[in-house]
Amino acid sequence: MLELRNIAVDYAGQPIISNLSLAVATKEIVSLVGPSGSGKTTLLRVIAGLEKPRIGSILIDGSDVSAVPTHQRGIGLVFQDNQLFPHLTVEQNIAYPLRMRGQSKADCQPQVEAMLQLIGLQQFGSRHVQHLSGGEAKRVAVARSLIAQPSVLLLDEPLTGLDTELHDRLLRDIAALLRARGTTVVHVTHDLREATTLSDRVVDIREIGAPCK
Amino acid sequence: MNATTSPYPSASRWLWLAPALAIAFFFGFPLVTIVLRGANLDGLIDTYTNGSILRMLWFTAWQAAASTALCLALSLPATYALSRFHFRGERLFLALLTTPFLLPTVVVGAAFTAVLPSQLHYTAIAIVAAHAFFNIAVVVRVVGAQWEQLSLQLSEAARTLGVSPLRAFATITLPLLRGSITAASVVVGLFSFTSYGVVRVLGGPARSTLETEIYTRAVLIGDLPGALALSIGQMLVLSVAVAWWMRSNRSTNQMVLSAPHRTIAQRGRQRIVLRAIVLCTSFVVAAPMVALAWRSLRTANTFSLAGWNAVFSSTTTAALQTSASFAIVTAIIATAFGLLVSFAVAYGSRRYAILELVSVLPLTVSAVTIGLGMLITFDVSPIDFRSAWLITPIAHSLIALPLVVRTTLPVVRAIPNGLREVAATMGANRWHRFRSIDWPLAQRAAATAAALSFAVSLGEFGATSFITRRTSETLPVLISRLLSRTGDTVQAHAYALSTIFVISSIIGIYIADAMRKQQVSR
Repeated sequence: MLELRNIAVDYAGQPIISNLSLAVATKEIVSLVGPSGSGKTTLLRVIAGLEKPRIGSILIDGSDVSAVPTHQRGIGLVFQDNQLFPHLTVEQNIAYPLRMRGQSKADCQPQVEAMLQLIGLQQFGSRHVQHLSGGEAKRVAVARSLIAQPSVLLLDEPLTGLDTELHDRLLRDIAALLRARGTTVVHVTHDLREATTLSDRVVDIREIGAPCK
Repeated sequence: MNATTSPYPSASRWLWLAPALAIAFFFGFPLVTIVLRGANLDGLIDTYTNGSILRMLWFTAWQAAASTALCLALSLPATYALSRFHFRGERLFLALLTTPFLLPTVVVGAAFTAVLPSQLHYTAIAIVAAHAFFNIAVVVRVVGAQWEQLSLQLSEAARTLGVSPLRAFATITLPLLRGSITAASVVVGLFSFTSYGVVRVLGGPARSTLETEIYTRAVLIGDLPGALALSIGQMLVLSVAVAWWMRSNRSTNQMVLSAPHRTIAQRGRQRIVLRAIVLCTSFVVAAPMVALAWRSLRTANTFSLAGWNAVFSSTTTAALQTSASFAIVTAIIATAFGLLVSFAVAYGSRRYAILELVSVLPLTVSAVTIGLGMLITFDVSPIDFRSAWLITPIAHSLIALPLVVRTTLPVVRAIPNGLREVAATMGANRWHRFRSIDWPLAQRAAATAAALSFAVSLGEFGATSFITRRTSETLPVLISRLLSRTGDTVQAHAYALSTIFVISSIIGIYIADAMRKQQVSR
């Protein structure tokens, strides 16, 4: 379970988020909606530990992780523009979190292959990530985060910029994948239709705290 | 651009002629002379099996490698600070790091003589430290240009996958910077390998590198065959290094980069690290330059203005006049010929691209070899130019030419042909189109190239020390001569002249920065 208690965030002296609280149950998918500039992405970065809140605390399964560095929080984040590592292949990108935990290439291989199958990119393992289409790159980004088995997965406007057909297909695929794996998810979007399709609960960020905009 | 779309088809057919002939005569001819006179198998074997030569080559190689490693260690933290953060005084910090690279190598040698205790003079440590100091700007500029465009979110993504910041740096940032780090390392290694002025001042009689050995053999002990054999070996090494450098440059350009992404240090630890980097690097870089000024005011362990009074002596005034006139003529020749190359390559068909390659060839030959080539080629009738005043600015122009082409060619190439076509529809003939479109858009790059050529000439020491006469001594040659003499006042005189170079460089950087800011604000 993820709990945010009275989070306030400032940037360059200006309040971005103030007094925001939210609880997300284990295996629940929650979509945060709100207009541009309402602090949605900032909130995800705070949960991931990439930004520090001025006040407030973040709890995962009852433990306060506010002071825990990003890499020890066990939280995955799929960036809006994927941030696939351009010097690695699809396979190497997906295997990256496992390799960094000390697993050998041979040990990683079955998990990577299973993940490639799950996202429907079995033939793409050795492909360079710069040669992927927008939808393929997005699947790889989600797979890379999921293989690390995060306790909470954060999705930052994951389907922005895709054409309608691809957007809808990918939305269905990702929803099915997340439900099958029982992942706890906080999803950020400004698209209400996407939010209702993907999530168990839709929360307007303006209603759970007081974003200063 | 192919011949059918050339905006100036008739001009592009003859523009290449003058620079090609000049490069062939003043660069190609001396090199061919070196090869023909030095490519004697027995002579080459004798030279390259000589124990003292092998020791000298080993020293040249390892000091270049050590200088590169030290330079990277010193520059990468500063590059990180400048590429990733905005902080107060960042412009001043960058200007400080850039200054050493603009100093004549003899002045860098003088600065390390001034700052290091006498026990460290004429040691490998002094040479390696001076090379690292001189080349900081190369790493900061080359690696920094790529680092600041590397998305910050890539390492953040690694951290959300359970990787510590240090590991994220090692597995993501460093591999992505490898192209630019390699390119910068090759340049620093190349400069350290071919360093001449620094080794002349700091090496003393015991420490010799390939460049100083060529000078010693050709000028001091009269072993011309030995000097020629060494020059041939050096040309081979440099050609391989330059080819590698051009390849690493290409791989850097192929990287996928994001818009510049810098931030303000927010966390306490980040701020402490940033301050520590800026303060430590500033101290290391400023100390030799401050020591120069300090030593210029000391004679016989007391405060004295004797060194500065000597600056107004007739010898110094003459050297200043010589240096300034050489620099002005170099700026004119190098810029004119460099622009002709750029226009010929940009306007001509693909076959003219070879001229671009030819114009950067002087990079594959050290200044000392250029000087040696001219010395042995142009001292026989009917081409006895050696005593001609113009021979020194011509040598300087050859050294500056690759810089001029690299500065102006991208600008000329980037001028959209549509502008000329619009002008043509408005009745402008070819000459008017060139005068109203091409020249105004290229003239800022031409001015930058002229300033670069001027600076190259002002600080040039390697080729100059071969071909200049005592009656036309330049400032770097005068500084080197003063430093090699004993006597506190003579030394203070050399330090005072070096201090003038430091101050001029700082003013030059400030003016260039102000001009750049003005350009951006427009």
